[in-house]
Amino acid sequence: MRALVNHRILTLLVLAAMIAALPLIFPSSYYFRVASLVWVSALAAIGLNILMGQAGQVSLGHAAFFGIGAYAVAIGPAHLGVPPWAALFLGALLSAALAYLVGRPILRLKGHYLAIATLGLGVLVALVISTESRWTGGPDGMPVARLTLFGWRVAGSDTWYWVTGGLLLLGTWIALNLDETPTGRAFRALHDSEVAAQVVGVDVARFKLQAFVIAAVYASLAGSALAFMNGFINPDQAGFLHSVELVTIVVLGGLGSVVGSIVGAAVLVTLPQVLTVFHEYEHLLLGLIIIVAMIFMRNGIVPSLSGLLFRRARS
Amino acid sequence: MTILKATDVGISFGGVKAVDGVSFSVGSGQILSIIGPNGAGKTTLFNVVSGVYVASRGTIHLADEDVTGLAPHKLAARGLSRTFQNLQIFQRMTACENVMVGRHLREKCSLLPALFRTPSVTRQNRETRAAALDLLAEVGLKDFADVPAGSLSYGACKRLEIARALAAEPRVLLLDEPAAGCNAVETEEIDHLIRQVADRGVAVVLVEHDMKLVMKISDRILVLERGRPLAEGTPREVRDDPKVLEAYLGHHGAREAARA
Ligand SMILES: Nc1ncnc2c1ncn2[C@@H]1O[C@H](COP(=O)(O)OP(=O)(O)OP(=O)(O)O)[C@@H](O)[C@H]1O
Ligand SMILES: [Mg+2]
Repeated sequence: MRALVNHRILTLLVLAAMIAALPLIFPSSYYFRVASLVWVSALAAIGLNILMGQAGQVSLGHAAFFGIGAYAVAIGPAHLGVPPWAALFLGALLSAALAYLVGRPILRLKGHYLAIATLGLGVLVALVISTESRWTGGPDGMPVARLTLFGWRVAGSDTWYWVTGGLLLLGTWIALNLDETPTGRAFRALHDSEVAAQVVGVDVARFKLQAFVIAAVYASLAGSALAFMNGFINPDQAGFLHSVELVTIVVLGGLGSVVGSIVGAAVLVTLPQVLTVFHEYEHLLLGLIIIVAMIFMRNGIVPSLSGLLFRRARS
Repeated sequence: MTILKATDVGISFGGVKAVDGVSFSVGSGQILSIIGPNGAGKTTLFNVVSGVYVASRGTIHLADEDVTGLAPHKLAARGLSRTFQNLQIFQRMTACENVMVGRHLREKCSLLPALFRTPSVTRQNRETRAAALDLLAEVGLKDFADVPAGSLSYGACKRLEIARALAAEPRVLLLDEPAAGCNAVETEEIDHLIRQVADRGVAVVLVEHDMKLVMKISDRILVLERGRPLAEGTPREVRDDPKVLEAYLGHHGAREAARA
């Protein structure tokens, strides 16, 4: 079996230990903030990886669901009197519903056609967000009310570090769980051969839709978390570039690898921060690093490195 | 008792009649072989029967139910299973997982328990894996259970497909050239396996080019040529049919064979 029980628990333990230990070496609250951004991106990427890496279906518009989650917690309390925590669940529900409705027709498409259809969905949602300025504040964005849970006001970068870290652990646990179940196997089977999956009784359309909905909910929750954390939200979070960033994290870290999504997010979120010392060459270098990484680790960082390690260990 | 019945099935691709007016039926525990030269339409017929292609004419009945045009996964749910001539294995999954997917219909598959890995999910996983390991042992792949299927040899993949198809506990099993690429010993094993499956009451439809195997294990044989039925009968009847000899050996060869 690909992920033995030990392996699954080991992964969770290492991740938990890392989340717990990192603050010991953080010199300033700025680091808490960057790490929280990594956890949030990783959460969205893990969901997208279930769709792309497991079920083999691409989504180039996934930031749409991130944006829906983010705007749900902004608009809900501000305009509709919904408590912030309830807005988070409403956002997730809305994302799931949209994914379900849109997924039914577009998941029949394959490869490039699916890519374009999901891209269209992303563009559409971003467009609605930036034009409905009465609700969303338009291109300028809008403030987000603080989250309070049972009278506890969730604020401060170190608090959010723990909250997003906890969410990431939960998301990782669920993704690892899914892998070794009939559903997870159905995802991976239809990825490798749709026709073979069908003839053993896998309702391919249904499972693609499930993967799409799961990925949408992950992105939505990540979006809500980011909006709460920043206390502010703008349409870029739902935009095309953010969709591309999510796909890049998944592919760079390793398709089908949960750990890969976390590593990919760490690289893609921290690298630009590190590269700011190069000023105007920042983006150029970032692009170059991604290209070189993909050339030398074409299966993504984590699968390639672990493949290398295993070969070493055996010989 | 007839369990699978195809009546006057036809399908064409861009004017080419790949299958044209073919009928057959097979009962529980029977082995029906479909033979014919390359391009005769055997695989296409399988694709129609298993719902991968939609027939342009004719009907398919499965256990007295009209299942014409039903999607493959619905046919699978009604007890139809198949293997593929051009391998369709799940490359990135282990051999064992391939067979476990074969048990998809026998598993409870609700999403919420899966997400939170309830004890029932773990228990079911254990049972499915045990069943899959038994099947792998049956096709001689026990030692390869945890090997990625993509790294198995051609012959091993063929047998893996059989194990996966059997995992669904089908009532009808369609085998498309299961012995292709297998050596004499492996062919013997497959022969044995097919008989065993039929003895359990499964209706087997076999497409195979290995005539020795076909003649030995078939109850009946259907011969196709260019999409059309050419002959049908017991192995002996078919072997002695001059039309069949002609189709396989050509006009001249048939006369030679008849004289010999
Ligand atoms: N999807 C398709 N599109 C176009 N033509 C097809 C398609 N599938 C099959 N054909 C044609 O139908 C005919 C029958 O092919 P088929 O594969 O069924 O033959 P076969 O009897 O299985 O041959 P073989 O013994 O080589 O496996 C061939 O002429 C083939 O080119
Ligand atoms: Mg064929």
